Amino acid sequence: MQDFTRRSLLQGGTALAATGMLTGPALFDFAKAWAQSAPWKAEPGAKLTVMRWKRFVPAEDDAFNAMVAAFKAATGTEMNTFSESFEDVQPKASVAANTGSGLDLAWGLHTLPQLFPTKVLKMNDVADYLGNKYGGWTDAAAKTCKLGNDWLGIPVATNGGYMTYRKSALDKAGFKEFPKDFPGFLEMCKALKANNTPAGFALGHASGDGNSWLHWVLWGHGAYTVDQNDKIVINSPETAKALEYCKALYDSFIPGTASWNDSSNNKAYLAGELYCTANGISIYVAAKNDASKKELTEDTYHALWPVGPVGKPTELQLALPILAFNFTKYPNAAKAFVAFMLEKENYEKWLAGAQGYLTQTLNAYESAPIWTADPKNAVFSQASKRTLPASGIGTVGEKAATAIADFIVVDMFANYCTGAKDVKGAMAEAERQLKRIYR
Amino acid sequence: MADVAIPRAKPQMTEAGAWAQLKHNRNWLGFWFMVPAMVFLIFFLAYPLGLGIWLSFTDTRIGRVGHFIAFENYEWLWDDSIFWLSVFNTLLYTFVASAFKFGIGLYLALLLNEHMPFKAMLRAMVLIPFIVPTVLSALAFWWIFDSQFSIISWSLKQLGLINQNINFLGDTTWARICVIFANIWRGVPFVAITLLAGLQTVSPSLYEAATLDGATRWQNFRYITYPLLTPIIAVVMTFSVLFTFTDFQLIWAMTRGGPVNATHLMATLSYQRAIIAGQLGEGAAISSAMIPFLLAAIMVSWFGLQRRKWQQGESND
Repeated sequence: MQDFTRRSLLQGGTALAATGMLTGPALFDFAKAWAQSAPWKAEPGAKLTVMRWKRFVPAEDDAFNAMVAAFKAATGTEMNTFSESFEDVQPKASVAANTGSGLDLAWGLHTLPQLFPTKVLKMNDVADYLGNKYGGWTDAAAKTCKLGNDWLGIPVATNGGYMTYRKSALDKAGFKEFPKDFPGFLEMCKALKANNTPAGFALGHASGDGNSWLHWVLWGHGAYTVDQNDKIVINSPETAKALEYCKALYDSFIPGTASWNDSSNNKAYLAGELYCTANGISIYVAAKNDASKKELTEDTYHALWPVGPVGKPTELQLALPILAFNFTKYPNAAKAFVAFMLEKENYEKWLAGAQGYLTQTLNAYESAPIWTADPKNAVFSQASKRTLPASGIGTVGEKAATAIADFIVVDMFANYCTGAKDVKGAMAEAERQLKRIYR
Repeated sequence: MADVAIPRAKPQMTEAGAWAQLKHNRNWLGFWFMVPAMVFLIFFLAYPLGLGIWLSFTDTRIGRVGHFIAFENYEWLWDDSIFWLSVFNTLLYTFVASAFKFGIGLYLALLLNEHMPFKAMLRAMVLIPFIVPTVLSALAFWWIFDSQFSIISWSLKQLGLINQNINFLGDTTWARICVIFANIWRGVPFVAITLLAGLQTVSPSLYEAATLDGATRWQNFRYITYPLLTPIIAVVMTFSVLFTFTDFQLIWAMTRGGPVNATHLMATLSYQRAIIAGQLGEGAAISSAMIPFLLAAIMVSWFGLQRRKWQQGESND
């Protein structure tokens, strides 16, 4: 066993040295010490198969792989990790849950662990350990993973999206800082349009961009698809107000947003045609990495989503929880791996690798160096704090996930904004679709 | 011992007899020659079709076995306005695109059938849209019709004809026109080349005889080319309608069914509900709802266009 460990340590070391993204032997020393003192001891000869979503930032993947290698070296656990694109993670995890084989851990999106609560390994001890050590979990992160008092998984991170704008355009429109409320935001969009430096937000079938900003408008007005008891409440005066507000915004946007998908605003912004949108940090990172876009990079700033009439943040950010299946033969190794990833020595480097694409779910990491390395990163540190679960105030779970995937809210707003339906018609259609899903 | 041996020998004899009979039975041999094809059809066509129909009667989600719920999925679809919109879109898309594909395809076929320089090269070039992978051509069209970066909008702006980008994929009418245009562009070569093959089989002596009788070019086409081409037209249009009706890639790459579901076809809606949203049963119900339409399309072209009697040289009733 000792031999095996040393050999794999060596192998891991050379592999990592090749990637060049290393903390060298320090990481392995930490991993070894950690493995000896950790509450979970990996079973001898443990093997873990881990599925994760496919990375968007290569450096994030490198940091992840470095942790995997260190864990492997320190505990002797065979690690088999592979990644799947966003849309394939959930089906594959579901199949594993259904057949009771194939995967030990799955790192997925939204409320993945809620889809098969009877098939997951309870993570209460891991959540308590990490929560106590690192200042507790954010609300939304906990809700995403908890069923009653049980943790069905561990919220590893959140993928945040925030207002991305050109400061020069705002200055010209007479806004010294980004508006903090809905009326101010509308005024700004109108002023931007008048200056021919328009804002734009996707109203097409853009699963990420479309859903996040339209749920923000909806929730900001105190309107929800379903209430706490999953009763459908979309047909309400609050929704009507949200629709009117959205229409006014839409009229001030750059033309064509009804056809936008997730990449449209990135393209338009980077081409200098769009002056304000909401997006992950990827627009800024892409600009920063392009030497010819120096001016645009310097002019680009981020801001928090303005707060709606309800008076509290109503953002929709993408949760990224990990779960272990209860049919795994190595529950302790699985728990140890999850806990290991979220230890400070690993996690802060991981966040740095993700360049703002990932946000912590443990409060203590708000002081991670990534958020101060570039002042423009700072707002992204708030993603997990200011978001609601994907279900709004309703029950987290597959119905809420289906409603989002089926573009119910996006279509409702698009119907009214493009003039395809009136307020009543748009709400009625959404209500009918929700009834189908929540039947 | 002898007593035992005799009854044993007897069945062997009769068995051998049956086997010998079977060996010389042509139907039996034929059956075995058919088996590979049958296995192929059953496993790759009949089974998935049957499974799809079965799924449509269950509430299966991805990764979870469902329960039989009879017609519940269909009942929900029955007054689902988005479903009916997708049915309307599909019919509109199929009808308009197929009509244009037939018209343009026939025109191109007649043109390419004439003697002209570089004939072989021109015929090969016509096939290009058909050769390009659908997803690639769809992505190209997506850029051509992009709301900000459309080459068409840009050109017209440079010419001073318009001062704002055309909202190609953001306006419901424009979006429908754009996806239908892309489908026509892609489908024309198939129709044209197949009809051209049909034209080549028409004997030139018929035209000579008709010309001697004083027939005009239009009469040549109407009374010789068209009737002789009908069987091919029936086949090619059946395929064309089926391909168009079940189109998925073009729409998915260009609009994802948007804006506000104006270009959602039954196939794309089925995919969105079954795979993206995870409700396999409901998606299967939408797919299964396509079957009657497809059967109807096949019937029309088979019985309407392919008149057996006529083909066998009898009068055309």
